[in-house]
Formats: sequence, C-alpha cells, structure tokens
Amino acid sequence: MTIRKIAGSMLVGGALLFGLGVAASAQTEELRIGFLAPRTGIYTAIGTDMLNGFQMYLDEHNGMLGGAKVKLIVEDDQGKPDVDVAKAKKLILQDKVHMLAGALLASSAYALGPVSTELKTLYIGTASTADDLAQRQVDKYPYTVFSVWVPSQPNHPLGQWACDQGYKKVVAIAADYAFGYEQTGGFQQTFEDCGGKVIQKIWVPLGTKDFGPYLPTMKGDADAIFTLMVGPMSLQFPKQLRASGNKKPIVAGGTSYDEFILPFMGDEVIGDVSALMYSAGLDTPKNQEFVKKYRAKYGKVPSYYSEGDYSAAQWIDEVMAKHKGKFPGPTEFIKTMASIKLDAVRGPVQLDLATRSPIQNIYIKKVEKKEMFGYGKPELWNTVIKTYPNVSQFWTYDKAKFLAQPVYSRDFPPCKFCE
Amino acid sequence: MDRVNTKVLAVLIALAALLWIVPHSGSFVVLLATRAMAFAILAMSTDLLLGFTGLPSLGQAAYFGVGAYLTAVLATKMQFGLGWDFWIVVVLGFLIGAALAAVFGLFAIRATGVYFLMITLALGQCVWGLAYRWNSLTGGDNGINMTSRPNFGIDLSNETNFFYLVFGFFAASMLAMYVLVRSPFGRSLTGIREREVRMQILGYNTWLHKYIVFVIAGGFGGLAGVLWAQTNGHVSPETVVLTTSVDALLMVVLGGAGTLVGGAVGAAIVFGLREYLSTIVPWWQYALGGVYVLAILYLPDGLMSIPARIRQVRSGAGAKRAVVAPEKMASKIS
Repeated sequence: MTIRKIAGSMLVGGALLFGLGVAASAQTEELRIGFLAPRTGIYTAIGTDMLNGFQMYLDEHNGMLGGAKVKLIVEDDQGKPDVDVAKAKKLILQDKVHMLAGALLASSAYALGPVSTELKTLYIGTASTADDLAQRQVDKYPYTVFSVWVPSQPNHPLGQWACDQGYKKVVAIAADYAFGYEQTGGFQQTFEDCGGKVIQKIWVPLGTKDFGPYLPTMKGDADAIFTLMVGPMSLQFPKQLRASGNKKPIVAGGTSYDEFILPFMGDEVIGDVSALMYSAGLDTPKNQEFVKKYRAKYGKVPSYYSEGDYSAAQWIDEVMAKHKGKFPGPTEFIKTMASIKLDAVRGPVQLDLATRSPIQNIYIKKVEKKEMFGYGKPELWNTVIKTYPNVSQFWTYDKAKFLAQPVYSRDFPPCKFCE
Repeated sequence: MDRVNTKVLAVLIALAALLWIVPHSGSFVVLLATRAMAFAILAMSTDLLLGFTGLPSLGQAAYFGVGAYLTAVLATKMQFGLGWDFWIVVVLGFLIGAALAAVFGLFAIRATGVYFLMITLALGQCVWGLAYRWNSLTGGDNGINMTSRPNFGIDLSNETNFFYLVFGFFAASMLAMYVLVRSPFGRSLTGIREREVRMQILGYNTWLHKYIVFVIAGGFGGLAGVLWAQTNGHVSPETVVLTTSVDALLMVVLGGAGTLVGGAVGAAIVFGLREYLSTIVPWWQYALGGVYVLAILYLPDGLMSIPARIRQVRSGAGAKRAVVAPEKMASKIS
C-alpha cells in the first residue's frame, strides 16, 4: 500500500515537473485576438465571409502569426453597436485579448472607438469603418486602425473617372444612411470639381426592395446614374431599373456590385461600373491563387470582406514577426504597421500613420460575363478596367483643406445643380 | 399580508445577494448585470402600463431614447453632466421622458388594447425617425460617442463603481414603483385594468389616472435611458429602435406582468441568454426562443408565478383541480 502511495505521488510529482518543464521550454508567446462579427441576424452571411478570410490565413500558417500562437476568440456582435461594446469589454477584461479585430457596420466602429480608447486596446476595423473616425475625430481614438478602407475613399477616383468618360450630368440614388452619404459625397465632390453636375439626389430608405416609387422621379436628362446600395437592395435596383426601360450607364459605389452579391445577379448588370479596393476578378497571380484556394475551401468567390480580413491577418503576421512574436503594445504595433509596405492580395497597401487609414490601389471595375481562372463556365466577374494607384482617403486634396469642410452627409456637399 | 411580507423579504434578499455576489464575479458579469439592471428599469416601467393598468405599450423605447440622447448631447456638445452635474442630468432625463410621455399620452390614452399598441408603436417610430434623420443633433445613423463617464469624486469609469450606481437607481426605481402600485392610486389602476367602466361609474376619472401613470412610466423610461447611455458610452438610433420596445415588453411577459420584479427577472434572463450564453455557444437563439415558448405554454403568468404554482400543487392539487374543472366546463358551456 505505502509503496503504491509513494509511487503514485512520485508519478503525480513527475507529471507536474514535466508540465512545468514544458511550460518553461515553450517560448512561443500567445497572441489573443478578439474577433467581433455578426454571427446571428441579417448580417450573418457577411460575418461568415469576414471570419472565413481571417481563418483561412490562420489555417495556412498553422495558427501562428509572426511566431506567436494565436488564440482567436470570436464573439457575435449581432450587428448591434451596444452588443459590440459589451462583447468588446468582455474580450478585453475577461479574456485579456491583446487586440480586437473585425466588426461590420459603421455604427459598430463608432461604438468600438471609445472602448479602445478607454481600455487602451488596439482595435483593427477590418470591415466597419466611417469617414469621420479617420478624419476629424481621428485624435480621439489613438488605438483604432482601419486596415481595409474608409467609405468615401474609392469614390473620389470614381467621380474623376466618370468625369473623364465625358458624363456631364448625373442622377444619384443611394441608400439613406451615413455610409450612403459618405459614398455619394465622395463621388459628388470629385465629379463636380472636375466640371460635372449632380442634378438630383434621391435617398431611398435602407432595406428598400421596391424601387417603383423612385424610378419614375429620376430626371431624364442625365448622362449616367450614380448608385450606392447594400445587401438585397443591390440585387433589386439594377433589375428594376433596367426593367423600367432605363438604359443609362451606371457608376456605383462598391457594395452595389461586390462579390458578396454578384453571383446572385442576372445578366442585366453586365457593363455596370463600380469602384472598390478589391475585385475577385483582379488578374494577378496572387489574387488568382487566393480566389482558387478560397473557393475550394468555402465554395464561393471571396468578397472584399474575405480579402480584407485575410490581409488584416497577414498584416498582423508581419508586424508580430518584426517584434519576434511578442505583442509590443497598441501604439508601437500601429507604428510598425505603418512601417510595413504590405504586399496584400488586393495590391500594395500602406498605412497612413496620421489618420490610421490605408493608402492603396482603387480599382474601377466593370461587370463582365466571362471565364476566369480556368473555371470552365462563363460567370459574372468584376473586371478591372482602370487602376488608380496609392489612393489616400484625401485623394488629391490638401489634407488640411479637406478636413476644414464638414463630413459628407445628407446635405453635404450641397446639391448645387438640383432644381 | 403575511404573504406580501415574505415576498418583500425575498426580493430584499435577492437584491442583497446581487449586491454581494456580482462585484466578486468576473468583470464581464459586472458589466452584464449593469446592463441588465439599467434595462430592467425600462422593463419595469413597461410593467406599470401593461401589468398594472392593462395598457400594452410598444413605444417605451421612445422615452428611453430621449433620455439617452439627452445625456449624450449634453455631454458632447456642452460638456455637461461629467461631474456633479450628472445628478442634474438624471433629473432632466426623468423629466424629458415624462414630458415626452405627457405629449404622446394625449394621443395614446384615448385608445385601448391593440389600438393602444399600434399608436404607441407609431409614436415610438417617430422618435426613431427623428434620431435617424436629425443629423446635426443626433449624428444620424452613426450616433453619438461619449468620451468618458462622469467623475464626481467617485470615478464611474470604474465598472464596479458604475455597477453600484446603477444598482442604486435600479433598487430605488423598484421601490418607487412598488410604493406607487401599492398606493390607492395604484389600486385604482388595477381597477381600471380589471374593468374600466366600473371605475368610471364609481366616479373615477379613468382617463386622468391612465394619463398620469403613462407620464410616470415615461419618466422612468427616460431615467433608464440616461443610465443606458452611460453604460455603453454610445447612443445610436439602435437604442430607440422598435426592438428595444419589444424586448422590454417580452421581458415583462416572460417574468410575469403585474409583478414589477418580473420585468427585472425577464431582463436578467434575456441579457443572460443573449449576451452571456452567446459567448459560450452559437445556438443561444434557440435557447432564448425555447424559453419564450415554454414560458408562454406552461407559465402564461410568467416566471414569477412559479411559487404560486408550487403552492397550488402542494396544497392538494388533485382536490383543487376537481373543483376547478367543472367550473371551467361551466364557463365554456355558458
């Protein structure tokens, strides 16, 4: 009996010692990332795209980023800003995460900014973004970074492009909320500065599926239509517009034709133009490889949500590698982020340290039906027809002058040419 | 009378336990309890209308919203309410909720039943529309960010301090509403709920009684809004949206209408499932739905009716049922 007892205690002791030895010898640091995304509610599918992108990068690197073992803690923010706050605090206070990433809606970004400031925790907005958080209010949120985009960013070049096509008058029809105002504002600003005229602005409520009441009110003497829709609205608008006999060219904000909805669209959208920092149809070897891997793994073409989060993971990877797998604290992390020229799937990306927003290529894309990347059947793809390299959120404007004007809203820029 | 005392005692013990246990739990539990208590004030104000007066309101989020927006606007535009003046904001929050209810009440109190439900819903949506559209004041869809919580010697940005503050308001509101419903005025409300015509014949001005309780409920809604804004540090149209009103109503029904405590119990359960369970399992929605369905099926009077049920079973349910059954049949026949 006693011998057995002794043997038993020795065994336990040995196991303990062994365990200690393992813990001591394992020098790899743990990097805890709190990932917020809608996992329930109407935005679930987009949340899945975001998460898949991030997870795919992790899987490719055996769950390691820059030498640190990643513990990814996913929380469902239900697409509600107040849940974002609760879950973010849970992640920071209870799970002791080093950083937060993700979240989808602009209102989520607005809710998470103060949390990151208050608790001095890095927050990388990989889909959620808002103009003003990276502009006039940027100093309030020193630990918040937008790694993918700022809403008005792609539309500054788009306005210029539309003007270069010779369009003189444009009717704008867009979703009636902050993201819609910022996208439309970006387009209007550059288009009018180039000599074009936005002759009408129609704001349709978020979630509109029947555009019947709005289509007849659109002015007939326009050369083109600017539109910005999101989700199911994007599907319905071009269908109903074309069915009503309107054949005017469309130039659109990116979410109207992103890869999240493009596979569900009909041939009526062929030829429509939109602008974004990513297209699944981007014809580079790097993107081809990404699209093929992603599609094989998840059964669908990656959207900018997928690419954005994939590249965010890549960015974290490279920063952590520079710090030898040890999280350096939010301020230092952001500094290192800005020092890296990221070779992302969507092209070269660099962080502007002053506004903590990306400088990157903006692609003007046209919907085409063609075979791509060897997928033996014709499908709708966003073909890149023009690339504007190294676009900052301020476009070609002087930063100070740009920031002196108010944030894009329902009433700004004012509709000077509307009657 | 004896039974009432036990009930009060049970609530007091539960409150004391809450006060003792929560600060010793994890920080997330503190946060959740704070959120649930702030929201519970709104749920209890809904119960004043639904449970005690028989007015199903789907517009309580409006008062909640104006309280929240008031706090945020004062804090960001005027730097008001960040120190001792926070207490003034609390009073103002109550008053603005009551004032809005005083206006809305003029329209809503005329109606009863489903019509009351519809009109409060419509009025609530007006406030939502205003929050969504009045960009210069409310920041539209983006909402308003507040920088920090008030600090008056006691720093409220400490989650535990803030928990104690919200607990104080929660307990005080519950006490105030309890006193209200136990008063002769509260009794007359119950009378109106049971049979309004009879109360009119007895000489009560039922319209005025309903109007007054509507205004008071609005005030408590506003108070809850002030606390909610401080809890999140962020106010957006999502605060005023219809689901907030629906949530409050469901919490009351789940906990037990006409019990006050029921609203708080409902809030605790909904927040527990929606925000705590969702950090553990992805199927939390089924749990929440299941709880709703089971409660409606087996406990139509809410969770607070469980003790009564148990008593019923204990005191020879068999015999009682035998008595009850013919009565029910009789009522069916007639």
